[in-house]
Amino acid sequence: MKNSIGREIPESVINGLELYQGPFAKNGEVKKAAPKVKPAKPGESKLVSSIEEAIVKCGLRDGMTISFHHHFREGDYILNMVVDAIAKLGIKNLTLASSSLGSVHSPLVKHIKNGVITKITTSGLRGALAEEISRGLMNEPVIIRSHGGRARAIEAGDIKIDLAFLGASSSDEYGNASGARGKAICGSLGYARVDADYADKVVIITDTLVDFPNVPASIPQTKVDYVVRVDEIGNPSGIASGATRFTKNPKELLIAEYASRVIIESGYFKDGFSFQTGSGGSALAVSRFLRNEMIKQGITASFALGGITKPMVEMLEEGLIKNLFDVQSFDLVAADSISRNERHHEIDASFYANPHNRGCIANNLDVVILSALEIDTDFNINVMTGSDGVMRGASGGHCDTAAGAKLTVIVAPLIRGRIPTVVDSVNTVITPGETIDVLVTDHGIAVNPRRTDLIERFMNVSIPVYTIEQLKERAESIVGKPDPIEYEDQVVGIVEYRDGTIIDVVRKVK
Amino acid sequence: MKLIKRAVAGTLESSDIQVIIEPREEACIEIELKSSVEKQFGRQIRRVIRETLEALGVENARVIATDRGALDCTIRARVLCAAYRASGIKGKYDWEVIDKWNA
Repeated sequence: MKNSIGREIPESVINGLELYQGPFAKNGEVKKAAPKVKPAKPGESKLVSSIEEAIVKCGLRDGMTISFHHHFREGDYILNMVVDAIAKLGIKNLTLASSSLGSVHSPLVKHIKNGVITKITTSGLRGALAEEISRGLMNEPVIIRSHGGRARAIEAGDIKIDLAFLGASSSDEYGNASGARGKAICGSLGYARVDADYADKVVIITDTLVDFPNVPASIPQTKVDYVVRVDEIGNPSGIASGATRFTKNPKELLIAEYASRVIIESGYFKDGFSFQTGSGGSALAVSRFLRNEMIKQGITASFALGGITKPMVEMLEEGLIKNLFDVQSFDLVAADSISRNERHHEIDASFYANPHNRGCIANNLDVVILSALEIDTDFNINVMTGSDGVMRGASGGHCDTAAGAKLTVIVAPLIRGRIPTVVDSVNTVITPGETIDVLVTDHGIAVNPRRTDLIERFMNVSIPVYTIEQLKERAESIVGKPDPIEYEDQVVGIVEYRDGTIIDVVRKVK
Repeated sequence: MKLIKRAVAGTLESSDIQVIIEPREEACIEIELKSSVEKQFGRQIRRVIRETLEALGVENARVIATDRGALDCTIRARVLCAAYRASGIKGKYDWEVIDKWNA
């Protein structure tokens, strides 16, 4: 069956799920799930001596769902440690509901082969794990969810977490956990907070046990069953880089300059506006161009959202941005700023982008700048599969913020090596084209024909303006027309839109 | 064009292609290609290599190409260079054939 953007979804994977019908088509009342809570009596200790002991005390059994957060990124030791311990205990057939997975989690391949993990839901997949799954490692397709979509799924009970293992940079013995203080800091614990709210059992794992009370806490004691101290939660250099730097790549700078012109001329760039930029080279550089223009015109932003980086913190401290809403701190400067700056707010993934709560902050966004691996002539975006059809990316907050923001700008080079970015049809749709407004490339921009208002505004701006078809042809005239990737019938990934409907599937590559 | 020895042109840098050409006894062009964009462009890269050699009148050659996403113009230039080196020709280039590609 085809969904409303024409992607073929095989009957076998639909299985009671709905097909995507539009960004806000599914908007009825929802009933929230609630966790089971085992009360703690005065005098009871939550501290256990090992991960194994925590697993046993929590009563983990075959077939349950376990969860993790990805705030430790490529430096994470927690997930591999815990899954190794589970395997040793002989527990099998688990669903892994991680907020995302990276190259560091390639040992999971072994635990999928030995039957410990049989289902996965995640935002991202990278490295050996992603390659193996793309080649058909798992019987059950992976469910790819956006950050807002995962929060929605947990609140709706679509993901029922039995046991959450949440790494924290520091904790006291009663479970007040922080990401902003400790030996290896990650800053915001925004994704983990949803797990702590809805899991039946919550285990905090830390390498820095501090005196009670460890406040302010990202996750408070009321949500925590057990606390485990381990030697190391992760590799600090993999958890957060020192400071995100601005790109010197001239192509990226040109894209950033065009993008900032688009924003400045869009009508949304005025006092009190709000924005989100990714951490990619061009996206980040846009903030530098915007900063200069904000100073020139004497305007300030009411808030900036997202993955927060050093340049955002600097603009907060300069008074150019009034508030930072931080679901994930991308570098050490941002991680440290949370405890230092009163107006740097740690938010959870539901507050960030869940489409089915009473209003996530993505709804308040004026401008978002996002990247793309591929964009097609319908403006659909792929940030998940490479041009060879193998998964190597993450859904992230892409479709969430694109749906929420008034102006969604995609920044991408027209070609990467010999691979065109603008194509007839993307390999995998993560974000539907109807939520995308402008594509900015190093060759020029293309405006979604739905936005006739913007087309009119950009008529007199000195940026080359094309139709998206013209940009596609321009790319093909340089690199040639790529042969389509050949897939088999087996579905290895189901891509959920943020509202829980199926927007696309990823098939096994030939 | 008659090939008399093994020759190489190009690098393994991104957006380049390294082309090794050697003479072969049987009358046939054999291409061994490794490419980072094999799935999308493998067919086209082989075609450009073959057409370039045919235009030069090369009939017996073994080509070992390692591609890092080179554009067609780069592929043609590297094949051309490697073929001339393999033929031992110095200075007497067939500009008519070469100019045709630049027309």
